[in-house]
Amino acid sequence: MPVNYYIFLSVALFCIGIAGVLTRRNAIVVFMCIELMLNAVNLLLVAFSKMHHLAGLALDPGSTAGTEAQLFVFFIMVVAAAEVTVGLAIIVMMYRNIHSVDINFLNRLKH
Amino acid sequence: MNAIILSALWGVVMMYTGVVTRNTRNHGVMAIIGIILLTIAAWLEFVGVQFFSINLSGMMSFAPYSLVFMMVMFVCTLLYFILSGPDMKDVGDQVSDYYALIFFVLTGVSIVAAFKTLLMLFIGIEIMTIPLYILAASDKRNLKSNEAGLKYFLMGTFSTGLMLMGIALLYGAHGTFFTDGINLGMAAVSPLTTAGLVLLMISMAFKVSAAPFHFWTPDVYDGTPTVFTSFMATIVKAAAFFAFLRLFENAFGKMHVQWQLLIAIITAATLLIGNITAVFQQSVKRMLAYSSIAQAGFMMLALFALNSTGKQGLILYAAAYSLATIGIFAVLVRMKDYTFEGFNGLSKHEPFLSVMLTVFLLSLAGIPLTAGFFAKYYMLVAALKNGNMFWLVIVAVLCAAVSIYYYFKVIQSMFFKEGANTGMRTGGVFKATLLVAAILVIALGIHPDWLLNLLTY
Repeated sequence: MPVNYYIFLSVALFCIGIAGVLTRRNAIVVFMCIELMLNAVNLLLVAFSKMHHLAGLALDPGSTAGTEAQLFVFFIMVVAAAEVTVGLAIIVMMYRNIHSVDINFLNRLKH
Repeated sequence: MNAIILSALWGVVMMYTGVVTRNTRNHGVMAIIGIILLTIAAWLEFVGVQFFSINLSGMMSFAPYSLVFMMVMFVCTLLYFILSGPDMKDVGDQVSDYYALIFFVLTGVSIVAAFKTLLMLFIGIEIMTIPLYILAASDKRNLKSNEAGLKYFLMGTFSTGLMLMGIALLYGAHGTFFTDGINLGMAAVSPLTTAGLVLLMISMAFKVSAAPFHFWTPDVYDGTPTVFTSFMATIVKAAAFFAFLRLFENAFGKMHVQWQLLIAIITAATLLIGNITAVFQQSVKRMLAYSSIAQAGFMMLALFALNSTGKQGLILYAAAYSLATIGIFAVLVRMKDYTFEGFNGLSKHEPFLSVMLTVFLLSLAGIPLTAGFFAKYYMLVAALKNGNMFWLVIVAVLCAAVSIYYYFKVIQSMFFKEGANTGMRTGGVFKATLLVAAILVIALGIHPDWLLNLLTY
């Protein structure tokens, strides 16, 4: 399958994530949309990794080209997990104080 | 490498310190010992002594430029710990954990100061910001702190998502994460590279709060407990700038003309929006938040120019801006009233503090004989040397003139208005450290070479 399909799919997922972040008001849903963005990137990196790997194999059978992108995916997963722990803690703390996870609620409190 | 290892280790040490002793004074002393050791470790690496010889496979490079920047940041953090450390216990009980988080932030700062691959950039930026989300939200019962934490977290992760997409697209175009491999010159400009460049530019603009991606900054800086705003607005912001410059110099330096106009527009917008909005603020804390946006506009000039003057200027600017802002925030933390009226008549009750504040404010405004003057001077010269966009320099100079208005408003309140004594608690160490910071500001304003000569050591 050509790599273009993967690019379109992951860019579509990424755009859905961005649209969700910009339009939704529930902090948890916004957070899920951010995760969607990160996972779209993971998909794209893996697709590119395969692409560069095949290109590398064509030149040299022992090539390891493209493997670094898969390593990068693991780093993204780890960092995303760290972000989840911190982010959910912040959202829970906010819920304890105002009994809502609506991000517009806090804007109304300003000034 | 010394600094990265030591700061990560010392973060853990600080966490155990919290288990061993509940006395916040001891936590402060441990943190100060840690940061001094960290500065020494960076210095040792600078003169060629490495604790460990680790094969980094070219993922990081510790050139003098990076190490000098690290040392500047560590010295600023040292002053920050001495000045504002004792105030951390007003935020919450977990003082040792706050220090630990700050040490982890410093790990991130050291990584972004030395990265050579986009992987290290990503990890460094994340290590730098994730502890900050916690610090921003550390005042758990305060809704403004909650708001700041949530907003900072959502904006931070959103921009990280954009950055990762940019990195993925660049990888698709070039098949490598190494900045040198991406920097192939004009021949390599493909749609993937361009999209990746723009996404990275947007995400870094989010991190350094450059307009039009600055809208989160005032709320976050205002809501965060003031002790931590001080750290966020100085060390972290300067480090993000350093990463921005390093990324665009190493990865996109050869296609500079292609993105120069975009950066010029962002710079002009940042300068105008930051300075003009700062004029209308009622609260000094919020004014400083906008002033940090305005100062970011000046630091953007280094990126716009991308020459050696700009690179030297960025180090000087980071030092001048951090020293002055840390000093102002250290006093602000101890004020009861954050509005301009709160500063009324301060010179009568606290003459020493008012003089120190005046030095810092003059430095931020860029008055000669202070470090801020030479910092701004280097930036403007760099932009002029670059040549082709003279209008940007004019905008920058006009904005510097506007900034004098709101900085002098504080000075005016302190010296020319009457006000009640608010009874600030100040100790000898506090005053002495403020004096040291002020002396550094003036020394750098007379002899910036003392710092910049280190770059060619």
